[in-house]
Amino acid sequence: MSVPTPPAPALAVNGLGKSVPGGRRLFDGLDLVVAPGEIVAIMGESGVGKSTLLNLVAGLDSADAGSIAIAGRDLAGLDDDVRTLLRRDSIGFVFQAFHVLPHLTLAQNIALPLLLARAAPGPALVRADAMLAAVGLAGRGGDYPAQLSGGELQRIAIARALVHRPALILADEPTGNLDPETAARILALLLEQVRASGAAAVIVTHSDRAAAIADRVLVLGAAGLVPRGDALPRAAE
Amino acid sequence: MPGAVVAQHDPAHAVTGYPGVAARWMMLGEWRAHPARLIVGALAIAVGVALGFAVHVVNRTALESFDRAVRSVNGAAELQVRAATPAGFAEELYPRIAGLAGVTALSPVVELAASAGTPAGTATAGGRDGRGGRLTLLGLDILRAVRVTPSLVGMPMAGGPGSDGRDASAPFDGDAVFVSRAALRLFAARIGDEVSITAAGVTRRLRIAGTLAGAGDDQALAVIDIADAQWRFGQVGRLQRIDLRLAPGVDRDAVRAAIGTMLPVDAALVSPENEAQRSDSLSRAYRVNLEMLAMVALLTGGFLVFSAQSLSVARRRPQFALLRVLGLTRAALVRQVVTEGAILGVVGAALGIGLGYALADLAVRLLGGDLGGGYFGQGAVRLAFPALAALAFAGIGVGVAVVSSLLPATAAGRAQPAVALKGGSEAADPRTQPPGWPGLLLLAAGGVAALGPPIWGLPLLGYLAMALLLAGGVAAMPWLTRRLLAQIVRVRVQRTVAIDLALQRLWGAPGQAAVALCGIVASTSLMVAMAVMVASFRTSVDAWLVQVLPSDVYLHVEGAEAGGLDRAAQARLAGAPGVATIRFVRQLPLRLAADKPAVMLVAQTIDAGAPGAALPLLGRSLPVPAGAVPVWVSEPMGWLYGVKPGDSMKLPLGDGARPVFVAGVWRDYARQFGAIAMATRDYAAATGDATVTEAAVMLAPGAAAGPVTAALRRRLPPGLVAQTRFAEPRQLRAMALKVFDRSFAITYALEAIAIGIGLIGVATTFSAQTLARRREFGMLRHIGVQRRQIIAMLAAEGALLGGVGVVAGLGLGVVMAQVLIHVVNPQSFHWTMDTSIPWGLFAGLAAALVAAAAGTAVLAGRRALSADAVNAVRQDW
Repeated sequence: MSVPTPPAPALAVNGLGKSVPGGRRLFDGLDLVVAPGEIVAIMGESGVGKSTLLNLVAGLDSADAGSIAIAGRDLAGLDDDVRTLLRRDSIGFVFQAFHVLPHLTLAQNIALPLLLARAAPGPALVRADAMLAAVGLAGRGGDYPAQLSGGELQRIAIARALVHRPALILADEPTGNLDPETAARILALLLEQVRASGAAAVIVTHSDRAAAIADRVLVLGAAGLVPRGDALPRAAE
Repeated sequence: MPGAVVAQHDPAHAVTGYPGVAARWMMLGEWRAHPARLIVGALAIAVGVALGFAVHVVNRTALESFDRAVRSVNGAAELQVRAATPAGFAEELYPRIAGLAGVTALSPVVELAASAGTPAGTATAGGRDGRGGRLTLLGLDILRAVRVTPSLVGMPMAGGPGSDGRDASAPFDGDAVFVSRAALRLFAARIGDEVSITAAGVTRRLRIAGTLAGAGDDQALAVIDIADAQWRFGQVGRLQRIDLRLAPGVDRDAVRAAIGTMLPVDAALVSPENEAQRSDSLSRAYRVNLEMLAMVALLTGGFLVFSAQSLSVARRRPQFALLRVLGLTRAALVRQVVTEGAILGVVGAALGIGLGYALADLAVRLLGGDLGGGYFGQGAVRLAFPALAALAFAGIGVGVAVVSSLLPATAAGRAQPAVALKGGSEAADPRTQPPGWPGLLLLAAGGVAALGPPIWGLPLLGYLAMALLLAGGVAAMPWLTRRLLAQIVRVRVQRTVAIDLALQRLWGAPGQAAVALCGIVASTSLMVAMAVMVASFRTSVDAWLVQVLPSDVYLHVEGAEAGGLDRAAQARLAGAPGVATIRFVRQLPLRLAADKPAVMLVAQTIDAGAPGAALPLLGRSLPVPAGAVPVWVSEPMGWLYGVKPGDSMKLPLGDGARPVFVAGVWRDYARQFGAIAMATRDYAAATGDATVTEAAVMLAPGAAAGPVTAALRRRLPPGLVAQTRFAEPRQLRAMALKVFDRSFAITYALEAIAIGIGLIGVATTFSAQTLARRREFGMLRHIGVQRRQIIAMLAAEGALLGGVGVVAGLGLGVVMAQVLIHVVNPQSFHWTMDTSIPWGLFAGLAAALVAAAAGTAVLAGRRALSADAVNAVRQDW
């Protein structure tokens, strides 16, 4: 009788090190494991490297040391094209500034990752419509982004991040441009959709409210990634 | 399940299939949002393709018409023996060639340049007054010609008005002339009408007996019996050509060689291929130059596409970054931008081909088949649609658009997605000095290419040099912009905030400035180069005209190559009241090579000891060796036949090859295919020909040109009155410059279009760059910069950029003009000129460009500032 192999973590970061141009060390020996379906929030002061960490995980930047594996696939040694394809298939993004393409309809914006992954346009648009309904914008697939509010734009961004059922969602300050009330609704939606998709998520945020939806909250600082309760205020350091 | 919607990814196919749909969405979205940019880009390509295609269509159809005309005159002879001069060769050659094995049929021909008309005042059958013009008169032995050149044999017309029932014997009737349809139109006459024909100084009245059914529609031809032609027009014992037909299966080379051994020096063997080459070489350089000029417009369009694509890519950096984050590979992104350029090219090329054909039609109507160049006469031109050429020009248009998109596409692919998404620009440190070496290297390569010789008789390396200089100039723009602006930045004066901001921005981002500048620099420099060349040419021609037209009155006998004014007529003219001195000139076309147009022998009074008094010499004249006959060759003659002072050559004059000594070179802008000046005394001694075709008259003190001209006209032989033209130097000069301007009319038009495209480029580039800076303006407004200060800043930026562009364009243009003047022109047209710079024109152009740049920047700035400052700052892209 064989023992079932446990599923690979959605994200495994091991001994990660990164300096910025000019030589300043952002972090060193960073470790992080995110299980499938787990939501992790990363907090920390400005400039400690939270966004850089997300860029490294997404394969948009190269680390000085350590390794990163997405759903069991190590990024080390992959060229830009293969990392791009891995990102396309396995990762969904939500940005602070929404980044919804102004010249595409809402349905086209959402279907974009599917088309890039070689899905046929017909089914892709059907799925985009379903995602629109899921984020509360049913029937508005033909509208253009200019007709939407900030909160609605972020709903589109969430739908686009999840449309291709990625293993990992990376969200960089997803509510940073929204008022508190809208932010709360967006967070609830994000949580609901991420849970429904079964994806893991790493959310970089300054907001306690945003962090509250996470299963784990980590703080990035001089000591690396530590659970929030264990983190020392910078003044004490 | 992801698999239900998302196919398994295969890296090898990552950029094909449905990602293409995404790319299409992106492109359509972009063009829907900015249709003006698509239209301007496509139009820039369309105008270039249209000009290139139009010039090609006109050239090609004109050449075909000219070939048809040549074939018309020549009939369908397989080979011809042609006389080297209009005086012809001795007819004894005919029986000798007739006896050669392999020659099945041959037809002797008298061919004379003639003028014709219905007798003045005589009502023709058509009821109109007499009219006339130039035509070719052929004398044929009909019974022989029918076997070799049947298209030249006349068809007697029965029952035509005026017909007297002698139709069956018409070809042998001494008064009968058969004319082509074009000649019939020229006379405005009908079958049976009488016409007068003048050739070789003799005028005869002939009756139109029928038409030449096989002759082309465009060529004015008249055919009479050969014996009549020889007898009535003073050509007894002479032939101008023999048309030959060879036996099937015979060794043609052997027959040609056998004929070659029999030919006297004043005859040459010519094949249809030689004729084709000759007609091609007549206008090849002119045609190639026009096509190159049209390509200039396309090149300028290419720079415009480059500008538009660069700006579009810069504006969409965050969008492209998002696509890269979402999984679009770098190569796929590059392909998408290049595909956008290609689609722009396809749309532009399709428009351009249609537009070009319409333009060709219009140009032929307005300027004639040679676009004013004066190469093909005034024959009708029938436009054809060359499908292959259309495809080729469309391909060039698409190619230019694709190449122009390559750099922006690569820039898009190189951008760091993470940085671009955050709105960062990856801007280089403003203090970094842009490298100057790529531009300097290209400029140096251009200089080296300019030193190269012609290839296939064309200045191809000269054109390459122009392209390299242009590329070098454009590549050096960031470096030059920094250098020029650094001088202004260094000046320690109190500047307004607006001007300081403008200076700092341009100084700190010379690469961005260069994108805006490349269109200005390309169009300005090309325009300046052409303008300097044309001005230099015109000034040199004008100075030359003053030098070669020192007399008070000139007369010229047209169509008198075979014989003009004889000694008696010359004496009568010299004795006319009011004439102080009269200098006679004999012009005689000499065919020195079968595949080249004839050169003109100019026999006139020249003192071998001081030839400079009669000829505009270039350099000094060599002392003439004892017993040698000196000649002075024109510049084109030297180029085309490779002769230089000190050389000896043989000329087919009289009955033999006369050795002559080349004593010097003279400037001649009148005869592109070469001229040889010789003393009248030497010419008469060599040929026995005492006739002349031109005269230059100095008036006696107190005499006026009008009465003297009238007196001279009265003393002309009656047969030559109609074909003799009188003119004063100022009229000749004005006419020559009018012809010059007409032949450059198309050049001016193409130039104007290139400038227009350049100015549109300036407008669209500045507009796009300004609109892309909304966020910056919003920020400036937030920190308290006033709206009018921003407008002033934009005006200053526009003026500074325009100024830098004008300085660079003028400098580069003057350098490129030197290549045109000293390389392209001598290698194309075989004449040199002195540089002359039209400062007034350039001052106006500089002011217009700077004003256009500043004005466009301000207009675009007003539009950009119309959005409120808060929204501008918050805008994502």
